[in-house]
Amino acid sequence: MTAMAQTNMQTDPNPAIVSLKGISKTFSNGTVALNNMSLDIRQGEFVSLLGPSGCGKSTALRIITGLTGPTSGRVDWPQETAGATEHELSFVFQEPTLMPWATVFANVWLPLRLKGISQRQAHDSVMEALEMVGLAEFAKSYPRELSGGMKMRVSIARALVTKPKLLLMDEPFAALDEITRFKLNNDLLHLWETFGWTVVFVTHSVFESVYLSDRIVVMAARPGRVVNDMAIDAPYPRDESFRTSAVYSGFCRDVSQALHAAMDAGDDM
Amino acid sequence: MTVALSDKANPAKTSYAASLDAAPLDEEELKRVRAARIESIGRWVVPLAILVLSVWLWDRICIWNEIPHYILPRPGLVFETLLIDWPILWVALLNTLKITFGALFIATAGGLGLAVLFTQSKWIEISFFPFAVILQVTPIIAIAPLILIYVDSLTASLLICAWIVAFFPILSNTVLGLNSADHNLRNLFQLYGASRWQTLRYLRLPAAMPYFLGGLKIAGGLSLIGAIVAEFVAGSAGSGSGLANQILEASYRLNMPRMFAALLMISVTGILIFLTMNLLSHLLLRKWHESALKREV
Repeated sequence: MTAMAQTNMQTDPNPAIVSLKGISKTFSNGTVALNNMSLDIRQGEFVSLLGPSGCGKSTALRIITGLTGPTSGRVDWPQETAGATEHELSFVFQEPTLMPWATVFANVWLPLRLKGISQRQAHDSVMEALEMVGLAEFAKSYPRELSGGMKMRVSIARALVTKPKLLLMDEPFAALDEITRFKLNNDLLHLWETFGWTVVFVTHSVFESVYLSDRIVVMAARPGRVVNDMAIDAPYPRDESFRTSAVYSGFCRDVSQALHAAMDAGDDM
Repeated sequence: MTVALSDKANPAKTSYAASLDAAPLDEEELKRVRAARIESIGRWVVPLAILVLSVWLWDRICIWNEIPHYILPRPGLVFETLLIDWPILWVALLNTLKITFGALFIATAGGLGLAVLFTQSKWIEISFFPFAVILQVTPIIAIAPLILIYVDSLTASLLICAWIVAFFPILSNTVLGLNSADHNLRNLFQLYGASRWQTLRYLRLPAAMPYFLGGLKIAGGLSLIGAIVAEFVAGSAGSGSGLANQILEASYRLNMPRMFAALLMISVTGILIFLTMNLLSHLLLRKWHESALKREV
């Protein structure tokens, strides 16, 4: 996949699942979070939005969810019928964001419960989602009884239970220790390969983004904008041997350079 | 840490008993276990001993200074009066309890209902919150005579007085709790298209629970105080009279032992209400809230 092909919709076999068209966002205090950002997310992609803090990558994610509206520009969902109010997407926050008063089961059940699905009807789907993240035996536990990594897995299970087409993740592993993060990276990749969703992953780690994604969108701050769109052409499945390979470090070097160029251009530091 | 490596290690706390079985203890650990045991016993024994000691001192002071029983009765006499006057005092206690719990019930329902209403619309809160504050800051003893004049039924007026005192902590605490639900969780609910009712039922009410229970603890004590104050102002005798009326009546007759006996019953009632609220709060929060969790240090 080349950068040329990515910008050319007609020749691309994968249709866009969501496309941002000239999105700008200015906060009420005058900060320009995003300036004229255009981006197509195609079906089955694992896209990372990489950039320094303040580059608007989280804002872009929130605009895709519809939680925040853009100041100008628009978000298109080409595959959905016109007028659909809810999109088949899930969101994973930086914190696990679990309800402390509810069991692991009830937390994962929540998205279905809000759609009026009873506990009995939801049982199999919930357990399946917990199975995917390896926490089926903790269904009756409360969040406080789990470690940070386990809480994050519950959060991912909750995102998966609705079988979304698009999974949005806002620095989901940033608060975890490195060992747990590596493990969750592998698990996430494995799930992505198995189920073939589309993932948009926000991170500020070059190494994490190269390891996970097949496409990295590098962003710069002040104002937030896209400065580079890089394909990571390493084959999947990727595992620990990829993490130590020369190909991996080569990609890391390229992406780091792109990121530094972006930061110098934005006079960020 | 093994927790991070395996991600499956059970982080549940190991108790002292378990660690005792697991490995022989060294000098330092033995000392700590002993200190923990002494503290857990002392927690009960010390306050009890102080209580017994002060009752004994009260008794001695009466003897040493030859205080007559119509000035300060000895504790033994108070206890005796409690038994002799039990039929009268018991009926009075029931009357007071009726007002107390009636008021607490209405205060809980009203406080909770108003709190939910306030958080549904900013304008309702802005319009009516000042009234709640006015009711709270005006001393009940000053409003009570008016209420007694305007309301025909004595029970109803007593209930209104006790309610005014008790509902505010529940209202203000619950409003605070309903507004303190995690922001990301609110976004999540919004993302999944939750209705207003679902957000209230599954997110805001559970999040408000610890705050509400804190308010309930205060309201429990206040509704007893409200009931007693209202009885004092009403000053009625007869079938509807409560413990406060017994105290008033006994004071007219200089029946000190009965005053003390009634006072004792009020205190014990207050303590029991407090303990009940604590237990309720513990049972509802023990699974998840920080305030109810025990931690190893």
